[in-house]
Amino acid sequence: MADTTEKTPVPRRKGMTRRQKRRLSRGIQYAVFVAAVVAFGVTADWGRLQNQFAQVEIAERMFPEVITLALKNTVLYTVTGFGVGLALGMLIALMRLSSVGPYRWLAGIYIEIFRGLPALLIFIFIGVAVPLAFPGTEIIGGTYGKVALALGLVAAAYMAETIRAGIQAVPKGQMEAARSLGFSPGRAMVSIIIPQAFRIILPPLTNELVLLFKDSSLVLFLGVTLEERELSKYGRDLASQTANSTPILVAGLCYLLITIPLGFVVRRMEAKAQEAVR
Amino acid sequence: MSRPEIRVSRLHKSFGDNHVLRGIDLEIGQGEVVCVIGPSGSGKSTLLRCVNLLEEPTEGQVFVGGIELTDPDVDIDAARRRIGMVFQQFNLFPHLTVTENLTLPQRRVLRRGKAEAAKVAARNLERVGLAEKADAYPASLSGGQQQRVAIARALAMGPEVMLFDEPTSALDPELVGDVLAVMRMLADEGMTMMVVTHEMTFAREVADRVVFMDGGVIVEDGTPERVIGAPRHERTRHFLSRLLDPAMAQVEEETSDQVGKSG
Repeated sequence: MADTTEKTPVPRRKGMTRRQKRRLSRGIQYAVFVAAVVAFGVTADWGRLQNQFAQVEIAERMFPEVITLALKNTVLYTVTGFGVGLALGMLIALMRLSSVGPYRWLAGIYIEIFRGLPALLIFIFIGVAVPLAFPGTEIIGGTYGKVALALGLVAAAYMAETIRAGIQAVPKGQMEAARSLGFSPGRAMVSIIIPQAFRIILPPLTNELVLLFKDSSLVLFLGVTLEERELSKYGRDLASQTANSTPILVAGLCYLLITIPLGFVVRRMEAKAQEAVR
Repeated sequence: MSRPEIRVSRLHKSFGDNHVLRGIDLEIGQGEVVCVIGPSGSGKSTLLRCVNLLEEPTEGQVFVGGIELTDPDVDIDAARRRIGMVFQQFNLFPHLTVTENLTLPQRRVLRRGKAEAAKVAARNLERVGLAEKADAYPASLSGGQQQRVAIARALAMGPEVMLFDEPTSALDPELVGDVLAVMRMLADEGMTMMVVTHEMTFAREVADRVVFMDGGVIVEDGTPERVIGAPRHERTRHFLSRLLDPAMAQVEEETSDQVGKSG
C-alpha cells in the first residue's frame, strides 16, 4: 500500500478542507440562531407578553366551554365536511377516469374551478350568494349543513385528484385479474381496486383532514349563533370581550391538540407504507 | 378431435400501426393441451389475451365453448367465468389473504354462500398443495407459491378452459417445477389448456399439440414430436436452436418481422 500512495499522491487542497468548511458554516448558522434568541429574550417585554397571552385566570374561565362547545363544533364541522368531500371526491375521481367523455370533462372543470378558488370565497358563496340567488331554498342542517357543504365542495376537488392518483397507482394486472375472474368493471373497482387505492392514499387523505380542520375556522364568515361557534370564532369573541389575547393562544393550542397527533399518525403510516413497498 | 372448445378464426389485432396478429386460425378441442411457443414479440401472449377478450380483437372471431365472445352483445363477464386465466405476474389481490383471494370472486361473481365458497377454496388450495398457507398474505409467499394460489383461484370458479400466460417466466428457476407439476396434474385431469410458455420440456411431455408463432402468424402446428422434434420451417428450427442452446447462438442483425415489444 505504501508505494501506491507514493506513486499517486493524494492531491492537496489549498486552504480549508471540505470538512473544515462545513464545520465553519454550521458554526455560523448556530451563532446566528443563538444571537436571535438572545436578542428576543433581552428586548421582549416579558411582563406585557404574559399579561397579553398567558393570563391563567382568563384561560381558566374558558374551560370547559372551549372543549365542550368550540372544539366539539370544530371537529363536527371538519368531520362532516370531510365526509361530504370524500363522497363527492370519489364520484368526481370515478368520473375523471370514466371512458365517457362528458363525465371526464365535467370532473375536470369541477376540479379546476374549486381548486382555484379560495375556500373563503366558497363560504361566502354558500352563506350569502346562494340564499340570495335562490330565495326560499334551505340547506339541510342549517349552519352545520352549510359548513359541511362548503368544506366538502372545496375538499372534493383535492380529494378527487388524490383518489384518482391512488386508483391509477394500483397495478393494471389487478383489474385484468378481476375481469378474467368474471367481475364486471364496476364490481372490480369496488371490491378490488378501491380498497387497494385507499391503502395507498391514506396518508394524503389524513393530510387533507388536517387542512380541513384548519379551514373550518372560515365558518366565522357564515354568521353563526353562540351555540354554533367553533375554536377561532370562540377565541376571537372572548379576546374582544376581555381585551386580552389569552383566548387566542388557548384556541390555537386546542387546534394543535388535534393536528399534531394527526400529523404524527400520517408520518407513521407513510413509514409503514414505505416498508410495505420495500 | 372432439368438439372444439376454443375456436379462433381470421383473428387480427393491431395496436395503432403495430399489426401484432395477422390472421390467426386455431382450434383447441375439449381436454386438449396446446402450448404456444415463439420468439418474444411474435404475438403469442396477445393471442392468448384475445381468447378471453382482455384484448379486443381488431378483426375476426373468437368462440369459447360454442359462445362467440367477439359478438358485441355477448355477456362478456358471464363468458369469462368459464375461462380461467393465469398471468406471468400472478396478480393475486395483495390486500386479501390466500383464502380470501379464492372466496371473494366466488362470492361476488358466482354469488356462492360463505360456507360453500370456503369449502371450494379449501379444496382447491389442497389441490395445489398450499392448504397450510390459507391464512397467509400473498406478499409472504414465494413466487412459485403465489402462482399456485393464482391457479387455485382460477380453478375455484370452476372453469372449463384454462389459459396460462407464461406462468413460470417470472419465477426463480428452482420454483418452476412446483407450478409445472400443478399444470401437469390439470392436464391429466382432462382440463382444456392453452399455455404460452418457454418451457420446452413441459411442451414436449405434457402438450398434445405445439403451435409455433412468429411475426403474428402461426408458422407450425402439430404434435410436440413433430414441431419440436422435427420442425419443418427454418424459422422454427432457428428459434428452437437458440432456445435449447442459448450459449451457441450467433450475434445477428435485428429482424424486421418482429412485431411489438412484448410476446
